[in-house]
Amino acid sequence: MAQTDSGVSVRERVIRVLAETQHIEPSTIQPESTFEALGIDSFDGINILFAIESEFDISVPDDEAKKLRGVQDIIDGVEKLLNARASAATQ
Amino acid sequence: MPRIAITGLGCVSALGKSVAEFWDGLSQGRCGIGPLTLMATDQLQIGIGAEAPDYDPACYFDPKRLSLLDRYSQFALIAAREAIEDARLDFTADGLARRTAVILGTGIGGETTLDDAFFQLYAQGNPRVHPAVIPRMMASAATSHVTMEYGINGPAFTVTSACSSASHAIAQAMWMVRQGVVEAAITGGSEACFTLGTMKAWEAMRVMAPDTCRPFSSGRRGMVLGEGAGILVIESFERARRRNAKIYAEIAGAGMSSDAGHLIQPSEQGAVDAIEAALRDAQLAAGEIDYINAHGTGTAINDATETRAIRKVFGPQAPPVSSTKSMHGHALGASGALELIAATLAIGNGVIPPTVNFLGPDPACDLDCVPNQARRADLRAVLSNSFAFGGLNAILALRRVDA
Repeated sequence: MAQTDSGVSVRERVIRVLAETQHIEPSTIQPESTFEALGIDSFDGINILFAIESEFDISVPDDEAKKLRGVQDIIDGVEKLLNARASAATQ
Repeated sequence: MPRIAITGLGCVSALGKSVAEFWDGLSQGRCGIGPLTLMATDQLQIGIGAEAPDYDPACYFDPKRLSLLDRYSQFALIAAREAIEDARLDFTADGLARRTAVILGTGIGGETTLDDAFFQLYAQGNPRVHPAVIPRMMASAATSHVTMEYGINGPAFTVTSACSSASHAIAQAMWMVRQGVVEAAITGGSEACFTLGTMKAWEAMRVMAPDTCRPFSSGRRGMVLGEGAGILVIESFERARRRNAKIYAEIAGAGMSSDAGHLIQPSEQGAVDAIEAALRDAQLAAGEIDYINAHGTGTAINDATETRAIRKVFGPQAPPVSSTKSMHGHALGASGALELIAATLAIGNGVIPPTVNFLGPDPACDLDCVPNQARRADLRAVLSNSFAFGGLNAILALRRVDA
């Protein structure tokens, strides 16, 4: 599992951001949770992405954002963007 | 019940600075969307918009006057001048000045003024803010300027309901003339939203297309912001006939509703309720509507929801539906007025303006949306749809007036 500088996993950070943005308990959020099951509508999703972009200092393209359906999609997407940045930095 | 005539039209939009250029663009399917020129785009992901082309305020206003006019007030005045001249209204005659209303819509008001002033304050460390900022930025400024330019003393105010602002304003004006509160009204809407701050805020909502606006089309990626103003002169038929005025069309009715649902997501039922209310007010049957100028923003959700609402009211026999936003962009608080002018000219010319940039059908939008090319049609009655963020819906119904 991808670890970040602070030693906290991407998964934990994504869940924390989701919980803070939605004002729900982190324990109610699982990676396999869909947005629908968590009561997250499309505008909530846009607000969550805004917070995710700040948390990880990334930029999520609109077309990628439209494909997201659940928590695992966000975790995967963040890891992909972080890996792309890391490999760009090492080149 | 008095019938209400449209006797004057004026507009500024991405298609030009007159009604003639507007109709020329609409009927030829010309898209007014292009790279933004009003701001540096290096901080933007979306670099396109539907700006008023080659606009130089000095051609319309002297410098002293200009110091009090936000861009959105400038557009309103230019369009009002064209509409009032077109209608040949003389406010000094028989007390008309006191029997005329000015009711305009805007989504925000003087955005460019506020953006400039706050940039100077926050970013440039300017310790003072200019005393004209408040009277320039207020959402009712454009209305006041129109009253002052023509000495109109009747009821005057501004209506704001985001993307439905102009349609709500026109409906209100129409009902006031119908009720006999006033004899005539100057009505419509104006918006000048192109500032860096506003563009960034729209980008954040992830509803903006990076390529162009393709309402109802497969491959559509969102809306494109526009700017401008649309102004109409309306009056009772009795008055218009008495003074031998040219009558473009009748505003036959208006319908409004509130989704009472979500601040962003539109509701099919809210749209249905507003369309049905407009048909009732206009005493028109669904089958009599020959064309609908759609709200048609080009977002995935608006166009699919609007399609379902139209199908629910009109069934399999739905009339042709086009979105002229594909050409003049989404001018927010001005859009309802620009689109009502488009619908008025469509009736008069017997031509349905197209939905341009159309790539192919989307099963979620199974309407005849008049793709890419204008079409000749005998239009007896038409609707213009406006649906706003926050679920505030306003529909206007027009009827052809045969001489």
